[in-house]
Amino acid sequence: MKEHDVSEFSEQDNQFKAFETALEESGLYPLTATGIEIFQPNFGKLCNQACKHCHVGAGPDRKEKISRKTLEDCLFILKESRIPVVDITGGAPELNEHFRWFVQEVKQLNRHVMVRHNLTVMFEPGQEDLPEFFKDNEVELICSLPYYLERSVDRQRGTGVFNKSMQALKRLNALGYGMEENGLQLNLVYNPGGAFLPPSQSAIEADFKRELDHRYQIRFNHLFTIANMPIGRFRDLLEKIDNYDCYMNRLIAAYNPEAAKAVMCRDTLSIGWDGRLYDCDFNQMLGMNCNHGAPSRLSEFDLKTLNSRQIVTGLHCYGCTAGVGSSCGGAVVEE
Amino acid sequence: MESYYNPKDLAKFADIGEDAPELWKKFSDWYGAVFKEGALSEREKALIALAVAHAIQCPYCIDAYTQASLEKGSNPEQMMEAVHVAAAIRGGASLVHGVQMRNVEDKLNMM
Repeated sequence: MKEHDVSEFSEQDNQFKAFETALEESGLYPLTATGIEIFQPNFGKLCNQACKHCHVGAGPDRKEKISRKTLEDCLFILKESRIPVVDITGGAPELNEHFRWFVQEVKQLNRHVMVRHNLTVMFEPGQEDLPEFFKDNEVELICSLPYYLERSVDRQRGTGVFNKSMQALKRLNALGYGMEENGLQLNLVYNPGGAFLPPSQSAIEADFKRELDHRYQIRFNHLFTIANMPIGRFRDLLEKIDNYDCYMNRLIAAYNPEAAKAVMCRDTLSIGWDGRLYDCDFNQMLGMNCNHGAPSRLSEFDLKTLNSRQIVTGLHCYGCTAGVGSSCGGAVVEE
Repeated sequence: MESYYNPKDLAKFADIGEDAPELWKKFSDWYGAVFKEGALSEREKALIALAVAHAIQCPYCIDAYTQASLEKGSNPEQMMEAVHVAAAIRGGASLVHGVQMRNVEDKLNMM
């Protein structure tokens, strides 16, 4: 399967209403940042899994990874700014040899650290003590678990992933993760098993809590619903089954200006493994740098300009503005 | 292949209103109200609609309420159980008419 690393929009996409037109019609163009609350470095594309919907195209054979130098630059920027949250993503960022050092350095700066954790990486060689490391550094975990049934999870994430994920969640619960509202935070991420929008976040969270507790005695804090983005492997899959147009039309029909006002790119800055700057992790995968006069590299970082930059948008942005919206923190509009 | 049923026609449903706009508006307002959360949740209503879609064998409705059921958080196991409910009612509806057959048969077979 081909892996997309650059903008993948094609002639076929001209049939759809431009996202910028939808923004204009709802009085939101140009979409601008409101500041930077979340600093989101992507550690690269190496992952122990190769999920069917992955917008990163991550997998065990990917070589792209963030360097120590780029991470030192990130720390310098964090020291010089008051950005309160660092949200580490990948791939599986834990597989990067600089991961633990970076987390500890960020904690020294008294910033909140979140890690997008795939649950199964703790069973990889050398990662056995990962749960204890997370606990010792009070890392908030955002864990992928697209459903509470084995068949659904394994179909999307690979055979055996569900059972390993259940083992991992039990280990995290045993350390105190997910047990108290104000304790160690263990949040799960639901994404649809195909070309449809996520259900109500509160309703599906209640299902997950009931079913995971009943079937496996597993607890967690919150469930975030995230829509599948029509890019990367998921787009390849949609095209393969001739469902791309249908999914795009579904996203466009569900465009919600209230969700557009609250999209995560407005208070997030995404940093690529190679030190480039992006408005979000999806733009990063499409090679769409920060633009419109804002710096596009970490070496040119300028907080004032980035705080109020114009967001770079494209057709894929409909994925974050459909229905109650979608972000790294789940739905963005109250149901 | 030519067919009376084309998936793209589902998107033309609202065009029906062009020939009778007042009636269409009444229908669509009522339809929207029916599927809003009430004593039943939106998910339960979508599952009922999915079952009914199978009972009346409407391909448009099956398309629409398969998607709606997934988007309201139902899983394939729950959806298939809803289809079985529809099938059981259809099958049961045929079978229960066996009572009519027996009534008639009793009347005719006098000896």
